[in-house]
Amino acid sequence: MALLQITEPGQAVDPHQRKRAAGIDLGTTNSLIASVRGGMTETLPDTQGQHLMPSVVQYKESETIVGQDALDAARQDPLNTIVSVKRLMGRGVSDLKVLGDQLPYEFASTDSGMPRIKTVGGDKSPVEVSAEVLHALVLRAREFLAGELDGVVITVPAYFDDAQRQATKDAARIANLHVLRLLNEPTAAAVAYGLDTGAEGIVAVYDLGGGTFDISILRLARGVFEVLATGGNSSLGGDDFDLKIAQWLISESGFQGKISHGQHRALLLEARSIKEQLSEQSAVDVEFQFESLSVKGRYIVTQLESDIAPLIQESIKACRRAVRDSGIALQDISNIVLVGGSTRVPAVRQAVETYFKKEPLSDIDPDRVVAIGAAIQADQLVGNKPDDEILLLDVLPLSLGLETVGGLAEKIIQRNTPIPVARGQEFTTYKDGQTAMLIHVIQGERELISDCRSLARFELHEIPPMVAGAAKIKVTFQVDADGLLSVSAMEQSTGVAAKIEVKPSYGLAEDEITDMLKDSFQFAEQDARSRSLSEAKVEAGRVVEALRNALIVDGERLLLKQEVTLLNDGVLKLEELAKEDDVRAITRGVEMLGKASEEFAGLRMDASVREALAGHQIEELDEGMN
Amino acid sequence: MDFNQNYFEIFQLPQAFELDLALLSRRNLELQKRVHPDKFVDATTSERRLSMQWTTQINEAYATLGSSLRRAIYLLTLEGKEIANNPQLDPMFLMEQIELREELEQIEEATDGIELLDHFRASVSKIMKTLEGDFSACYAAKEIAGAEQAVYKMQFINKLAIAANNVEEKLLDY
Repeated sequence: MALLQITEPGQAVDPHQRKRAAGIDLGTTNSLIASVRGGMTETLPDTQGQHLMPSVVQYKESETIVGQDALDAARQDPLNTIVSVKRLMGRGVSDLKVLGDQLPYEFASTDSGMPRIKTVGGDKSPVEVSAEVLHALVLRAREFLAGELDGVVITVPAYFDDAQRQATKDAARIANLHVLRLLNEPTAAAVAYGLDTGAEGIVAVYDLGGGTFDISILRLARGVFEVLATGGNSSLGGDDFDLKIAQWLISESGFQGKISHGQHRALLLEARSIKEQLSEQSAVDVEFQFESLSVKGRYIVTQLESDIAPLIQESIKACRRAVRDSGIALQDISNIVLVGGSTRVPAVRQAVETYFKKEPLSDIDPDRVVAIGAAIQADQLVGNKPDDEILLLDVLPLSLGLETVGGLAEKIIQRNTPIPVARGQEFTTYKDGQTAMLIHVIQGERELISDCRSLARFELHEIPPMVAGAAKIKVTFQVDADGLLSVSAMEQSTGVAAKIEVKPSYGLAEDEITDMLKDSFQFAEQDARSRSLSEAKVEAGRVVEALRNALIVDGERLLLKQEVTLLNDGVLKLEELAKEDDVRAITRGVEMLGKASEEFAGLRMDASVREALAGHQIEELDEGMN
Repeated sequence: MDFNQNYFEIFQLPQAFELDLALLSRRNLELQKRVHPDKFVDATTSERRLSMQWTTQINEAYATLGSSLRRAIYLLTLEGKEIANNPQLDPMFLMEQIELREELEQIEEATDGIELLDHFRASVSKIMKTLEGDFSACYAAKEIAGAEQAVYKMQFINKLAIAANNVEEKLLDY
């Protein structure tokens, strides 16, 4: 434990300005929040001492209940109690037809691609439900850390596609959180595990949660966590095991009628309890009764094993593919780490061991390891550990492509490409005077568009009219470090930026988010205007701090005296502006200071890169001499 | 950032086909530690944008130099040589290609396909190694036409390797 903090004069960061950061594991079944405090990384419990919070939200007419109390209400109030909402994130109405039988909810019809669940508290999108879960966790952290959070890292399954990632980020926005990074769950687990054990080498993380499955192959070396390949299935998890057991319960009961929503929920809860018991014992004597459905029988572990064998084999198939994509031989994988509550099922462990020919590790609680890794990353990103050299290099989980003639997909960025990444693609017009064009972006590995996920349709407008084939429109696809895609377009011969209109296939449009912000009564502590003011102030504060620190470290070294003075004046001016309540003035001030400091930013980056390679040569020289 | 730097200059490596891949990987990590967006989460907007551009460029450079085929093509591009879409190739090589393709098709139908595929891949990567040697020798001797031919053949073999992967996916039902 650090008792003393020694600060040298002129040091940029004030020790008492330690920031509050947290890592959030937003799970299908349970969610957790963790934070680094006094050098220890811990998950934070509620007032009853519970660390896991069921990811369940119950909507009532005038209030919203989240967590264990909501879960307890699930049998009595199945329609208004939303469970496993993660499975719906970034999904469209058409996906529900597939998932439909498994979900005891009623859906409202909507104009947009995003489904809404009918509740007594109003129609709720999965994004809003997730925002409630996030909000409840953040309240816990606020209590523990005695203040507002400066930033969070939220984990997502590595195999989440762009729409699912965007939906997660939208949920954080509605919950009024500053997201430092979306972090892939297996990578988070590898960070927690790697730092805990000091392991180096190739690690496979097998992560089977309630609703998603991920496999990642990483290389760990000197604080660098490099993802070599990732794979999975974003709709495969312990929930599917429950469903199999529930089906057995129904057939055993001989019940012929229509299963009610309440029965459905009760059956799934009973199934989960049977599954959990079977991790410890070889048979469960079932006595179940709910409404007119009753079962009395014995469910044995071999039955479970044969029921779920095809599901487990699906996950092993994904492992095989990820290992191949990584270019690593199976015997060169030094450790296999198990993550996610569903890896407690003995049959799962056995299958993993059989495939990898090695006993998997689960020393760190598989439920908590992801949140802990996320908290470590959050603490670092927020700047609490400027000297630590952890670096996470992640990859794009699913190939990005475009629709071409005949409904075929043309890949533009292959899966497992390190991110951030950008690719340009040139398009041309096929008609004289054509001024608009439609580009359909998809994600997935299959050849047919219909087998991939539709991400968005981009309409390019204001293309200068020319003869067919003369216009050359360069479309650039940029994937950022969160795995999120953005698109820009430019007509090459005239340099005109074509206007892009994005129609996300499953996501929320900007105005929908604005509406949700207004509607979210949970967060109605501030109205929309005061909220945008506080957002602007926070952003201004961030820029002021960033630039001030940069000037202390590099100002004299890289700039002329008058340039330093100019930027310092700008910082003071913005600081003054941020004390007033004029949102537009603050926003403009942030922009102007950003522009003014652009050159400085470039100089710093160049200097830093030069130093990186200069350091190298010294290091290699040393190695050569030894 | 100087986007005119070529990929070898970014990593300060000699411009050649033979490359110390371990050194490339180390330099990549050193640079990433400086420029990665994770280091600029709370920085000004311009710094965040620069960080993303740099990292994107370094990733691209790393991917290009890290793959023998892409590195070879890149070296030719630096020599001002455009890669042709439908190159002329020597008929002997094309005959061999047709035979290899036929062999792959048979493997797809075979009962012991996976084992056969392992052998097939081993021979494909041997051919690739030979071609890399050809390219390296030609490039070092500044015989650009010869290097170009080697690249075209490498492209063929690379496509064959991808086809072999696709057969594996079918055989193992991924």
